[in-house]
Amino acid sequence: MQRHDFTYFVHEGASNLFSHGFMSFAAVGVTVACLLIMGTFSLVAYNAEMLLKTLESEYEILAFIDDDFSAARTQQVGEKLQQLPNVKSVEFITRQEAMDAFEQRALDDYTRAHLDPNMFRDRYAVFVKDLNLVRQTAEEVRAEAGVEDVRVDEDIAGGFILVRNVAGAVSLALVAVLLVVSVFIISNTIRLTTFDRRDEIAIMKMVGATNGFIRWPFVYEGFFLGLLSSLIAFVLQWLVYAALAQSIVAADTLKFLRVVPFSDIWKPVALTFGTAGMVIGVGGSLTAIRKFLQV
Amino acid sequence: MIRLKDVEKEYENGTYALRGITLTIDDGEFVFLVGPSGSGKSTIIKLLTGEIMPTSGRIIINGFSMTKISDRQIPLLRRSIGVIFQDFRLIEKKTVYENLSFAMRAVGASPRTIRSRIPYVLELVGLEEKTNQYPHELSGGEQQRVAIARALVNNPNTIIADEPTGNLDPARSLEIMRLLGRINELGTTVVVVTHERDLVDRFQKRVVMLDQGKITGDGVGYEAK
Repeated sequence: MQRHDFTYFVHEGASNLFSHGFMSFAAVGVTVACLLIMGTFSLVAYNAEMLLKTLESEYEILAFIDDDFSAARTQQVGEKLQQLPNVKSVEFITRQEAMDAFEQRALDDYTRAHLDPNMFRDRYAVFVKDLNLVRQTAEEVRAEAGVEDVRVDEDIAGGFILVRNVAGAVSLALVAVLLVVSVFIISNTIRLTTFDRRDEIAIMKMVGATNGFIRWPFVYEGFFLGLLSSLIAFVLQWLVYAALAQSIVAADTLKFLRVVPFSDIWKPVALTFGTAGMVIGVGGSLTAIRKFLQV
Repeated sequence: MIRLKDVEKEYENGTYALRGITLTIDDGEFVFLVGPSGSGKSTIIKLLTGEIMPTSGRIIINGFSMTKISDRQIPLLRRSIGVIFQDFRLIEKKTVYENLSFAMRAVGASPRTIRSRIPYVLELVGLEEKTNQYPHELSGGEQQRVAIARALVNNPNTIIADEPTGNLDPARSLEIMRLLGRINELGTTVVVVTHERDLVDRFQKRVVMLDQGKITGDGVGYEAK
């Protein structure tokens, strides 16, 4: 492509935007809405993933050690547990430490006053790599010599996995559906432009313009529509995210939620919005012009 | 050179538009293609411009074989042909200059080439004073001259005119035919499709007569019949 061709394509593409101002405005509006919905759900899913990762890292299987085991044998048990395939790390907790931790959570002074370290057992907190395998890992821990009992809350592990999977699937489905909707809307806008310029296209074909030459101005039009939409959507997303994060921080009941600051994620968000905008715009224009050029 | 050999064309609805057409038009010739409605004139033009393909037979135009031509080569074929229509087909929102530059842009001409070529072509068709006017500001004859200028602007070696005087009065029609004659004298092959017998009679040029998809006469003037 020569420079004068490029200038021509860009000029024609930009002119097309204004020649159907209302349709362009509508296409940008719908695409911004779609990008915003996609972005919001993806960011919710991302924050849920981050939160779940934190919770996952804190999730533990407790392995209670036989009281008859000496300190040396207890240490050997810890080493064996560490070697299990799904174990990320193990942390030894003495009965005294267990009592101290319980004491902090004790409800009343009576319970606190009557606590005795001998009521507790030495234990290992076993942290896993993959929550999906927690039941199998718990069985392996239980099978180790010296492990008298195991406490594992499979429901919580299952809950974590369910929430993460549902959030991921919903955001993925929404992204797919809204992407198709956006491509369809932009495609229709450009189809209107091609219809309006059908005489010009016919003349171009008659004098020997290649399909590529005819196609490029419409591709640029779609590109500009997509780019403009992604820019507007990005700014709006930033404002919406900041407002939501602010209200979560301010709400007493939602203090346990940790929202990733937008300043930490703006680059990938901008990149994703830009790419999605361009894919929607260029995809829409190619879909619109394809049939037209076959005639 | 244009060469048709045993060309048949049957449309999808079963209509036979051409039956065994064999015709040769040499470089630099001026040929009238005449015949009543439905005789196959338009089908021949569509075949020559690559809009449709023959059902059987061979067509060679300006070195391109229409039975072997690829989709990528069709734009190249069309650059070697300038087409003129009865209804002018100008872009109303563009000036005379812009209509011509648009046709040159479409084949990738540089702005410098466009600036140097358009004044020459406009002078050739006698419209150098109308450069910045819009089609609706011009008479029918002037609009057709713009269409001729557009057909010429990419320097094709063949001009195909489909009823170029159909929308014009006799005086303007004669002007257009004389202009096409001058273009032919400069070396361009000209094929004019028309049904205006009076006009054809005024020029001592080759006439190919068509009827019901067959050639019924070929010679100089209507006496060829």
